[in-house]
Amino acid sequence: MSTQLLQIKNLVKHYPSVKAVNGIDITLNKGICFGLLGPNGAGKTTTIEILEGINQATSGEILYKGQPPGNQFRSEAGIMFQSTALQDYITVRETLQMFGKLYPQQADLDELIKRCNLTEYLEQDNRQLSGGQRQRLLLAIALVNDPDIIFLDEPTTGLDPQARRNFWDLINDIKAEGKTIVLTTHYMDEAYMLCDEIAIMDHGKIIAQGTPKHLLEKHFNDVILQLPNIDIDNVDLSSFTTHKKENYIEITTRDVNQAIAVLIENNVSLSQLQIRQRTLDDLFLELTGKELRS
Amino acid sequence: MSSYTMSFKRFLALLSTRNKEFFRDRSSLSWNILMPVLIVAGFSFAFTGDIGEQFKVAVLNESMATKASQQFLTTKHVEFYNIETTEDDVTQAQDRAIKKIQRHQVDLFLDAKKQTYWINTESPKGYLVEKILLAQEKNAFTKQSVSGKQIRYLDWVIPGILSMNMMFSALFGVGFVIVRYRKNGMLKRLKATPITAFEYLSAQIASRIMLIMVVTAFVFYGTNIFVDFVMNGSHLSLFLVFALGALSMISLGLIIAARITSEETAGGLLNMFSWPMMFFSGVWFSLEGAAPIMLSIAEVFPLTHVTASARAIMIDGASLVDISYHLLVLTGQSIVFLLFGAWYFKWE
Repeated sequence: MSTQLLQIKNLVKHYPSVKAVNGIDITLNKGICFGLLGPNGAGKTTTIEILEGINQATSGEILYKGQPPGNQFRSEAGIMFQSTALQDYITVRETLQMFGKLYPQQADLDELIKRCNLTEYLEQDNRQLSGGQRQRLLLAIALVNDPDIIFLDEPTTGLDPQARRNFWDLINDIKAEGKTIVLTTHYMDEAYMLCDEIAIMDHGKIIAQGTPKHLLEKHFNDVILQLPNIDIDNVDLSSFTTHKKENYIEITTRDVNQAIAVLIENNVSLSQLQIRQRTLDDLFLELTGKELRS
Repeated sequence: MSSYTMSFKRFLALLSTRNKEFFRDRSSLSWNILMPVLIVAGFSFAFTGDIGEQFKVAVLNESMATKASQQFLTTKHVEFYNIETTEDDVTQAQDRAIKKIQRHQVDLFLDAKKQTYWINTESPKGYLVEKILLAQEKNAFTKQSVSGKQIRYLDWVIPGILSMNMMFSALFGVGFVIVRYRKNGMLKRLKATPITAFEYLSAQIASRIMLIMVVTAFVFYGTNIFVDFVMNGSHLSLFLVFALGALSMISLGLIIAARITSEETAGGLLNMFSWPMMFFSGVWFSLEGAAPIMLSIAEVFPLTHVTASARAIMIDGASLVDISYHLLVLTGQSIVFLLFGAWYFKWE
């Protein structure tokens, strides 16, 4: 039995003034969490909306379980958009019940409510939910049909750090059930934490694809030392690659010991020294020359 | 059966949620009920007591009036008005005048050529003006008696107010809501589920018809307690007229809201349709004798047919057969508007 759930072949979406998606190929295996990353305007939301059946592709082919997505796909897909309004004057319970009835099959509502931590808010009007509660409800709606594939479009945007962490735990739970997840996000730490595989998009094209670890290993074999500007003003660092930021300087090196030795030699205080591994943010900057959030 | 044919389960889920949303929105609900009640109360207050002390006499064949008739036509403090006639519609004009006598809208109707007059035996003002007529020449005129309960302006205008309230609820209640849902992404979210546009629109229509009928019934019976307006026809017929009228106007609202994404544009367009209907559909004044162009325009408006039908049922006790022309027009309009609206509809 094939492990491929979704295949996207040479997907193109052209608007009159812009080529939003410019020929991308993706294959999604069952049970993985796939992250689609990119700056605003990269084409990731257009791509995910085409996959969800909300938007029409200009050309290309999409196969779900080996077939063009049709009624079966709409029944088996769970979708959480970037922003969705919920009906006013309707409670959380009623919202879940209504969405549940729109599908031929339903998840166990009690179980879903418990899993998404909605028990306390069940009788609350949708209008009274906080950002985190609302995102959990939208996730519950996406899961209400016990989907095989779940699309999450920037699900944690606007949430506070604690709410984001809670949301990640939920997604990890869903992953553990073997469901397939397609996630778009601006947060690289989120992608790193949740995704088994990522694709970085820019200008409608995929510019890198693979597991986060593999991509970082492929593109980087160095680490970064961060020091406050003030501590390093008169030190000769010409033998290193450096990037000056507003309040600190970054020294890129393959040999941490040698870099530290040079700093000590020059009487640089190491009390505020930070050493960090390369991240997906660095990878994106490396590949596109742009900040990820630009 | 495929889950993508019409699903009653999905339809009911949407219908029930929409109904809850409406009934829990207290401000909107109160306004829907209060507005017509306030209008009726305003009219009731404005037209309390006698509208005027002057006698009102309708005259036919004034240009061919006999000497006795001419004498009467010079009476002071009596308002005479000629019934405009051509050779072809004398009978119709006469029927209309007699109907007004029955409703106490005119005190006496005189055929000045034939020296025949009609009065309502139940009208005190008719009795008095008859005395004035006969004071000149007692045996010169032939008397025709009719009877009928007085129809106040309030009785006449209430069917129009009920229809107008229904129109606003139908147009804005569906049109505006769909545009708002489209704008805030609710429709997009629903599009991602297995529901079809037909199921969604059917649920919206059914919900609004139910709400309109409940609110209209509430206003109808509630107002009647205080105003005691005339209701000579069948309540069931009136119910059917309002239900069909609601369907027709909701369908019109669907066309307006089929693709618009801005509430401001929707509001402008809905006003563009509703205001002319409110003024030129015979809600506030009779279209009788209006310019032919205005009559043609009014004929296109669903509100004209709902108001005319409701008025015929409530005042004249008309049956569904009597108003079949209006029902046919409303049915035709509903079908055309619905098909076009469903075809033109876009989720986003």
